[in-house]
Amino acid sequence: MPILDRLDHLHRAKAIEGDLPFYSVYTAGLAGEKFFRALKDEGKLLGTYCSECDMMYVPGRLYCEQCFAHLNDDAWFDAGTEGSVHTFTLMHVGIDGKPLENPRLLAFIEIGDTDGGIVHDLGEVDPREVFIGLPVEAVLKPPEERTGSLNDILYFRPVG
Amino acid sequence: MRRVAIVGAGMTRFVRRAQETGKELAWEAASKALESCEMTLDDIDCVVIGTAPEAFDGVHMKAEYLSDGAGAWRKPMLRGYVGGGTGVFSPLQGWYHIASGLFDTCLVVCEEKMSSCQPHPQGAFLTIFDNMTERQLEPNLLWIFALEMNAYMNRYGLSKRDIAQVSVKNKRNAALHPAALLGDAEITVEDVLASETLAWPVQRLDVSPVTDGAVALVLSSDTVARRTTDKPVWIEGVGWNLDTAYWTNRDLSYPTYVEEAARMAYKMAGITEPRKQINIAEPYDPFDYKELHHLEGLMLFDKGKAPEATALGITQRDGDLPVCPSGGLLGVGNPIAAAGLMKVAELFWQLRGEAGARQVPGRPRRGVAQAWGDLMQVGTVIVAGI
Amino acid sequence: MTMEAHVYPTVYLSQKDIDEGRALTTRWEPNARYAWDTGVAIGRYLEELKAGRLIGRRCDACRRTVIPPRMFCEVCFRPTDDWVLLQDTGTVKTFSLCYVTWNMKRLTEPEIPAVIDIDGASKGMGIMHMLGEVKPDEVKIGMRVRAVWKPAEERQGDITDILYFKPF
Repeated sequence: MPILDRLDHLHRAKAIEGDLPFYSVYTAGLAGEKFFRALKDEGKLLGTYCSECDMMYVPGRLYCEQCFAHLNDDAWFDAGTEGSVHTFTLMHVGIDGKPLENPRLLAFIEIGDTDGGIVHDLGEVDPREVFIGLPVEAVLKPPEERTGSLNDILYFRPVG
Repeated sequence: MRRVAIVGAGMTRFVRRAQETGKELAWEAASKALESCEMTLDDIDCVVIGTAPEAFDGVHMKAEYLSDGAGAWRKPMLRGYVGGGTGVFSPLQGWYHIASGLFDTCLVVCEEKMSSCQPHPQGAFLTIFDNMTERQLEPNLLWIFALEMNAYMNRYGLSKRDIAQVSVKNKRNAALHPAALLGDAEITVEDVLASETLAWPVQRLDVSPVTDGAVALVLSSDTVARRTTDKPVWIEGVGWNLDTAYWTNRDLSYPTYVEEAARMAYKMAGITEPRKQINIAEPYDPFDYKELHHLEGLMLFDKGKAPEATALGITQRDGDLPVCPSGGLLGVGNPIAAAGLMKVAELFWQLRGEAGARQVPGRPRRGVAQAWGDLMQVGTVIVAGI
Repeated sequence: MTMEAHVYPTVYLSQKDIDEGRALTTRWEPNARYAWDTGVAIGRYLEELKAGRLIGRRCDACRRTVIPPRMFCEVCFRPTDDWVLLQDTGTVKTFSLCYVTWNMKRLTEPEIPAVIDIDGASKGMGIMHMLGEVKPDEVKIGMRVRAVWKPAEERQGDITDILYFKPF
């Protein structure tokens, strides 16, 4: 097919296909190791506290991004597994732009009254009843099914 | 333009696989750099981050991802990337942030976590080959270096032995570097020549390995430097240059892009006789032949003559022109963007007399650091002096 | 005071630490596939390969005939002027004997990648390809080689329409 002719169908344009032949294995990191093990083994959400800046980071971090202090072993605290909806959305399309069969309800959940939070699914709630400020609690997988991943939390549901 | 000094430096250990995330590696190096000159984040006006393709760490918008670990929270931040040339390119960018008068201090952080890329970082590197006319041949990254090494050896009638001595020198130097991955005080030329042939003429001990690590520098203006340290190391010259991406059209036996970058840096630094006026050289050495290639591009030795100088001991730590007293990439390791910055940090420590067991004798006054990368086409050069 | 104090004690992990679960990791597969438009120059280059020919472009200003072809000259920064059919013979500029694949598997017989300067193009204008029908220890820089093509009906418009170059 000569390349200087006008094309009437995009699929006739000559293109070379290819991909990137690698996958990624991420270490949890020094702080991540503590955070995910606590989630897996104890069903807890841990944070770290910077006393200089009065910042409570959840998930817990190795250092304070504002003053660069090292947040060492003493800086870790239990943030509880309750929080509130800071913002939420209902996803209607998937990653490839096609409509989802079951729209997905996601929220950014502030954990306790810390400065941190997690993005996760909301469950056991009608999307029309979600509002900013809704108190929620984490629903975890049974201990034997947890692997040390954010998916050890199934979803957050309204408290009570 | 204002004068700019390096006033602090820090680094992580260079390891095959770190437990730390990329952010944590960046923080480790950056916090050590700040500590070394007793500065805090409040003292830092801007941040330059150097880090290689997203594919290695496996994170999109990698500089933004690293930014909090690189001290860039609510600060102006710039990311530069020129392949392996990044380690010398980043402090150069930091230099013009301050030389322009726009900022007084700059934190330069270079990081790489290659261990995330599986099954082998080559999978990401393969995209260096042309997507339409080369990848279909199912190439191996080693081909590019082997092809260049063979062209260099053939042009000047060099043997493997001539080249292997560089690997021995650098790995032995690295045995004295506290952060080194591959220091080896006992290694010999025979060991290198007996190592497995990967892509002839490249053998296993001719190559530096995949590594995780980070390095950071604190740069400042003249005024700030004088109240921060009694031994500021001045950035006297900077140069950078890019050759054609059509690598198969180039003369692979000589790095013209290094010479062009060196001319720019030497002119700025007032250097007219590099061999006489430079006391330490840290050329980029991901492969042993590259140190020789680059020494010639830096005009420190005539074309084809660097191997002879090496054989005569001129480039040993106690020689007339110490080359890679750090141990280089061959000895310390090669986390792509961070490796070049390790060389600039080495100049900083050497010129201040703080290199410990690796200290070059005499009182070196001036050094040159050079890095290389992209499709083997970028040269980045910094001249530093005390 | 030496620099040792400024080296952070980074934590080293071995593959065993990961495999035996002493360090937590997450795995992720990127979902990135590409369809690259060949563009004007390479589009023609690939068509000519299908026809069993190598083609270059000429810049009249710097008088270079370049391969791979390009629609603008990177030296003069102006459009190139003509298509030029080249020969399918050339000279080995450099080569390697490669005993490993990209993911480090060992090969018993080496692959022989090379940069081959193509006859008809300007001096030094090379392309990367493989050498074949030659013993590894007989390959020399400066060797004259000729392309070995796939049969016409098997050619696709791809660099692999040339199987390899062999000495003549």
